[in-house]
Amino acid sequence: MKPRRMTPKRKRLWLLVGSLCVLGAAVALVLSALSDNLVFFYSPTQVAEKHPGPDRRLRIGGLVEQGSVKKDGQEVRFVVTDLKETVPVVYRGLLPDLFREGQGVIAEGTLGADGVFTAREVLAKHDEKYMPPEVAKALKESGRWQEGSGKEK
Amino acid sequence: MASLHVLANPARFRRFSQRVLPALSVATALALAVGLWLALVESPPDYQQGETVRIMFLHVPSAWLSMMGYALLAALGASLLVWRHPLAALMARAAAPVGAVFAAVCLLTGALWGRPMWGTYWVWDARLTSMLLLFFLYLGHIALSRAYDDSERGDRAAAILALVGVINLPVIKFSVDWWNTLHQPASVMKLGGPSIDPSILTPLLVMALALLLLFVVLVLLRTETEIDRRRLEAAEMAL
Repeated sequence: MKPRRMTPKRKRLWLLVGSLCVLGAAVALVLSALSDNLVFFYSPTQVAEKHPGPDRRLRIGGLVEQGSVKKDGQEVRFVVTDLKETVPVVYRGLLPDLFREGQGVIAEGTLGADGVFTAREVLAKHDEKYMPPEVAKALKESGRWQEGSGKEK
Repeated sequence: MASLHVLANPARFRRFSQRVLPALSVATALALAVGLWLALVESPPDYQQGETVRIMFLHVPSAWLSMMGYALLAALGASLLVWRHPLAALMARAAAPVGAVFAAVCLLTGALWGRPMWGTYWVWDARLTSMLLLFFLYLGHIALSRAYDDSERGDRAAAILALVGVINLPVIKFSVDWWNTLHQPASVMKLGGPSIDPSILTPLLVMALALLLLFVVLVLLRTETEIDRRRLEAAEMAL
């Protein structure tokens, strides 16, 4: 059998494919090693597992529990839940338009020794659903509405 | 593939481009008119975002096109480095600024939407950061391709950057699934079909088609200009 000669084109193609594979693997390794730092927020379950110290600034995210929002002047108290664990939050300041019970929310602040999270900033998380108001109303009336749908992994 | 290889010849590409451009330009204008009317007038407001949802009709197609544009740069980079196609470098020079503008539009409209909806213009979550990186990769490509007196060296350096940066594309797409982000997960291209009501999805798709046509028209036009520029430079050298 005659050994097949690599044409320069073929050689360049394999070199390219090979280096892209190596680079891709390297990036995948780095990203998976850093994945703990790449998350934007922790869920209440992750907070319960990790027990972050009282001085550490962190973000927690989840759904605002139904019936948990209590406003007292400028101060707002609510409970963030991922349907398994919950974290009570206290916040002073303006809330974004989308903030309401059953809606996704992200709070940045510190977790006190008493387990109450003192938020310095509250952001509303938007879900991936888009529909006109009439459709939302029809869904609610027909009972096929899932508030927030509890999307947490 | 054979038909594409034929177009790698700049002169032949130029003839092809000049033949299709008039019809494509008319189609772009029509699609943009219909798309903007659907997006700004005909479509309903969202049940919780209100009228702000209309920002999405520009934001989402810009994001798609900036990613598609970068994938195009990478394919052109590979065809330059592996097959030495003479047209690839010219088209990459033509496409990079167009893609960069779409990336910038995506970032700006996203910030304008984020302020009323999230309560902030910007956060450093994985989706927003990887999208910003895409914009910088475009700027790097534009700068590198013009960084050498010998334009062929610039084209090669930029091609390598395009191929390295292509790794960022899956990171952008899947960042919302791999990590917790403030940015919402995919609404259109996801398993189980889109989670957008048809009355909002239709204007989005028409706008995406219109901006795709605009992208193609701009890249063809700019590639013709690059071909002419190279010819002029060659003529000047010959003098």
